[in-house]
Amino acid sequence: MTIDTAETADEQQHGMTDAGYIRIAIILAAITGLEVSTYYVDFGVLFLPALLIMMVIKFVMVVSYFMHLKFDNKMFSFMFYAGLVLAVGVYAAFLATFKFFIQ
Amino acid sequence: MTDIAHGHASSTGISNVKLGMWAFLGSECLLFGGLISTYMLYRGRVTGGPRPSQIFDIPFTSVSSFVLLMSSLTMVLAVSAAHKDDDRKTNLWLTVTALLGATFVGGQVYEFTAFYKEGLGFSTSLFGSSFYTLTGFHGVHVTVGIIMLMSLVGILKRGSVPGKKAEVVEMIGLYWHFVDIVWIIIFTLVYLIPV
Repeated sequence: MTIDTAETADEQQHGMTDAGYIRIAIILAAITGLEVSTYYVDFGVLFLPALLIMMVIKFVMVVSYFMHLKFDNKMFSFMFYAGLVLAVGVYAAFLATFKFFIQ
Repeated sequence: MTDIAHGHASSTGISNVKLGMWAFLGSECLLFGGLISTYMLYRGRVTGGPRPSQIFDIPFTSVSSFVLLMSSLTMVLAVSAAHKDDDRKTNLWLTVTALLGATFVGGQVYEFTAFYKEGLGFSTSLFGSSFYTLTGFHGVHVTVGIIMLMSLVGILKRGSVPGKKAEVVEMIGLYWHFVDIVWIIIFTLVYLIPV
């Protein structure tokens, strides 16, 4: 009962319980296993998109749940994603100048 | 006033310390974005020395990646314990996180040594330079994280944490998770996608 109350209070404050974090970690481990399997199994044309999608899913899950961005003030999300979007934009343009995407 | 002095709240109602940490992490995206895109540009430039496919040990790096990923779980459990004022569990999970991080760095040192013995020095090729710079910078970040974790364990044991204890643990947790998400990108783009 005490544990239940503590868990509920924790969930209300941070959006997740310890069991929830463990479930997220299991999903992340499973996705990592799938990523590694692409090295051994031929996924054909799906190889690159599948790897990139799995990478993005893992990234978003860690940021949203482990870093609590999903449950925190939206200002924090803005600060982080502004830097991320700026970085992706600047370096995509940088790579495009070197014709990276058409090689 | 005291809250503001400790960086816990401001006129916006949000923690200054936390806002500063997120701004720092946003700027770190630009640092690693530069290193990753430079590597992507130069990874095929092998005039001498081994090619990536000849030296990368995917099973070994996969285990290292798994270890770092699980350190994110132990870190979030430390933050959770700190919010519950459970000092024993906070110290335990912080120490486990530091040990997992040290295992990862140890693996990276082993990997660098193996690559060097196989003929890939820092100036062997553009691939070597960009690879060592990118993964080396990441390794330094992990090492700094380990130092912060162990310092925090010592400070917690002395009971001399500046400001709100749970917030200090959470800030170091944010840094640690960031190091993990950078590796999520590096593992896919550098190791799993062939040149």
